[in-house]
Amino acid sequence: MEFFRIKRDIPFMSYGRLTTAISLVTFVIAVFFLIFKGLNFGVEFTGGTVMELRYAKAVELTQIRHEVDALKYGEAQVQALGTTRDVMVRLPNIKTKTSAQLSNEVIDTLKKNRPDVELRKVEFIGPSVGDELVSHGLTAITLVCVGIMIYLAIRFEWRFAVSAIIANMHDVVIILGFFAFFQWEFTLTVLAAVLAVLGYSVNESVVVFDRIRENFRKPQMRGKTVPEIIDNAITATMSRTIITHGSTEAMVLSMLVFGGPALHGFATALTIGILFGIYSSVLVASPLLLMFGVTRENMIKPVAVKEEAVV
Amino acid sequence: MNRYPLWMYFSILALLVAAALYTLPNFFGESPAVQVSSARATVKVDAAMQTRAEALVKAAGLTPDATLFEQGSVKLRFKDTEAQLKAKDALQAALGDDYVVALNLLPQTPTWLTRIGAKPMSLGLDLRGGVHFLLEVDMRAAVDKALEKTAGDIRRELKDKKVRYGRVVRERDTVEVQLRDAATVDAAGSAIRKLLPTLQVQDVKDANNFKIVVSYNDAGLLQLKDQAVKQNITTLHNRVNELGVAEPIIQQQGQGRIVVELPGIQDTAKAKDILGRTATLEVRLVEDDQAKLSEALNGNVPAGFELLNERGRDGEPRPILVKKEVELTGENINDAQAGFDDKNEAAVHINLDSTGAAIFRDLTHDNIGKRMAMILVEKGKGEVVTAPVIRGEIGGGRVQISGAMGVAEANDTALLLRAGSLAAPMNIVEERTIGPSLGKENIEKGFHSTLYGFLAIAVFMLIYYRLFGVVSALALGANLLLLLAALSILGVTLTLPGIAAIALTLGMAIDSNVLINERVREELRNGMSPQAAITNGYKHAMDTILDSNVTTLIAGLALLIFGSGAVRGFAWVHCLGILTSFISAVLVSRGIINLIYGYRRRLTALSIGQVWVPDGHKA
Repeated sequence: MEFFRIKRDIPFMSYGRLTTAISLVTFVIAVFFLIFKGLNFGVEFTGGTVMELRYAKAVELTQIRHEVDALKYGEAQVQALGTTRDVMVRLPNIKTKTSAQLSNEVIDTLKKNRPDVELRKVEFIGPSVGDELVSHGLTAITLVCVGIMIYLAIRFEWRFAVSAIIANMHDVVIILGFFAFFQWEFTLTVLAAVLAVLGYSVNESVVVFDRIRENFRKPQMRGKTVPEIIDNAITATMSRTIITHGSTEAMVLSMLVFGGPALHGFATALTIGILFGIYSSVLVASPLLLMFGVTRENMIKPVAVKEEAVV
Repeated sequence: MNRYPLWMYFSILALLVAAALYTLPNFFGESPAVQVSSARATVKVDAAMQTRAEALVKAAGLTPDATLFEQGSVKLRFKDTEAQLKAKDALQAALGDDYVVALNLLPQTPTWLTRIGAKPMSLGLDLRGGVHFLLEVDMRAAVDKALEKTAGDIRRELKDKKVRYGRVVRERDTVEVQLRDAATVDAAGSAIRKLLPTLQVQDVKDANNFKIVVSYNDAGLLQLKDQAVKQNITTLHNRVNELGVAEPIIQQQGQGRIVVELPGIQDTAKAKDILGRTATLEVRLVEDDQAKLSEALNGNVPAGFELLNERGRDGEPRPILVKKEVELTGENINDAQAGFDDKNEAAVHINLDSTGAAIFRDLTHDNIGKRMAMILVEKGKGEVVTAPVIRGEIGGGRVQISGAMGVAEANDTALLLRAGSLAAPMNIVEERTIGPSLGKENIEKGFHSTLYGFLAIAVFMLIYYRLFGVVSALALGANLLLLLAALSILGVTLTLPGIAAIALTLGMAIDSNVLINERVREELRNGMSPQAAITNGYKHAMDTILDSNVTTLIAGLALLIFGSGAVRGFAWVHCLGILTSFISAVLVSRGIINLIYGYRRRLTALSIGQVWVPDGHKA
């Protein structure tokens, strides 16, 4: 069995203008939602108290919401957690009360009506911790980008490094855009997933770049133009790209289906990240490479590259 | 050419067998156990305790499955929880308060595995249930407290040296000693410098302002803060021991934060209560001048005094005016026990150390006829428990507090005093409580998602790449084995994000195998002989595998350095997984392929699924 029977190299680069335009539009839309809707930060970032409750029998959310609101703790959220018996209650920080008091009061109130409620998990995060997490998260992203760029610049060339990182940030921004648009909760594990995508998606670009470099060095490719060489590299790695991503996606989907609420956000972020990872490495990174004016000479004898204006 | 030397096959085999051995302990489960450890610093648990505990348990008609002594505690393993509970009661009754007897779960790893150092992965709180706290030490309060104590020391020293002084007050970051003239400044200065050699002492001799300013320098301040955290950690240790938790984790995190993890604890409310309390004892003198008291009640508290409440016998608090100077603190307490006084009322008996005893003797000697207040300070708020009149000098360091207290309250107070005081109050900035049932579910869900994902990938590889697919699936299995072994050996704590990382690593590790298989197909397509296709396929795929793994590793390392909590658990597994996937894809899969194909002389085809060749492509 073989999925891909491609007779001729697909002229990806001639679609370059179109795909770059599409990317630009999705990117701008993602940024738009990030700015105007913002991320729905999880309790780790905002501070507050989260309780997970389980009832022995199905329960009405509106009733719980009503009872929690009656306690007057400010803006409380009540959500179902996958089933009709699992409920998540999220409360903001209250200066005068500790989280222990808060959660005890809530559970006592709820028990009055429904004694079958069980407190499964309490999470409380003070306000100072959240700011730190944001700054650490941003530092981590910056560090990953810088580290990858340095490595690619050494192994390949600066054009490759810059194209790969732009293609990657594009993926990350789009994941964040999805989370902003649907107002999914952005938690610490989602952040971990985003960073994992950053590494994973670079991996994808690297495989294509590797082929491009190899093609530049091949004697039988000598007569070809640069776009032709890139097209050939993408076509040659196409099959592997789809199969690898399919496999990773199978794993991630398995997590999405069987992993329960705790892994849901993580798996969602990865699902989106992997899908856009394929797209961006093929249709964003490579056209960028071309735009930055990569030539055969860049790869064959690595002499000092002149900083030419970007065409 | 597609052959490894014999030693290579054996090394790969040895590596896999070792990995299997070290993964094995994870499958034996846990059995109930009782753990005996020391409750205080002066009592040591040693090997003798092992025989003693065994004898005690046997006397109660129970036989432990195994006993072991490690890291300062004796553990006895039992068949069921019933025996475990009985043993705990028997040990607790016989050993008394000096030891902590806690329920625990011990891995059922066979001894021959334990002997080679194989142990199961420890599970994080999200998988086994328990409480996690992140506490922040109030540094301002720590500094204030240290300065108050310094002021007290200076007062006592000057009194001893018979230097006449005016007021000794704390002014924000300094302690100021008011003096009468230049001569006393010199005398006091030398006395203070001798008493507190590490502090900055500055003499001020203005025309009509003679004083000495004592302060901490930057290094001293840093050390003070560090000590505050260290002391709080020690105190927390003592308190947690009183709770009888089997394997608590208490660690410093960052500059002023402390992480406390109490796995498997059931009564979380009690844990929070005991940990969060910052009770310390202070002894101060009472001002009984009615004029001053009524002035204070009108909202005009005289300088150097503080208005506190005294617990009444009827439960109603009564205002009482006490001096701000602290004569004695809980730091000088050796032991505190709940008991009864001569009127058969609940009381706390306190035993002071030698410094404390001396201070207390002087205090009672100098203030006969006055009242002293026993103040319990919790979270910065003081409450006078009792304020008896000093009838005569009390030596020997035995102090008794009784007053409006119930038996339970006396017990709690004794526990808190015994466990030591905190150098500074702490606030809980993060808290996570996970019920044990949720932990079990998390393990199950994580396991299932990994299993089904793995199966899906393996089946697909088998169909698409045939024999090469089987080898890929085997390599992936080897990867899982190596990863689990590495995690077990390194003692990494497994969390739910960690399980997610295992799944993700497997999903990503297949990339290397796909790269190899696709390359081999391509070489075949280009008309190479099967043997050459294997050699070249692996060789060409190698560069790509290396590059892509390094970039992924960079991301993993950044996560490891900057992540905290959940993210770090993920990052550990992710980084290790990249390393093991490299080994398995390159060594293991190549080894198997070599073994299968490398020894066939006339190899005409590889079982790698259909290799489609476009028309006219073949040279």
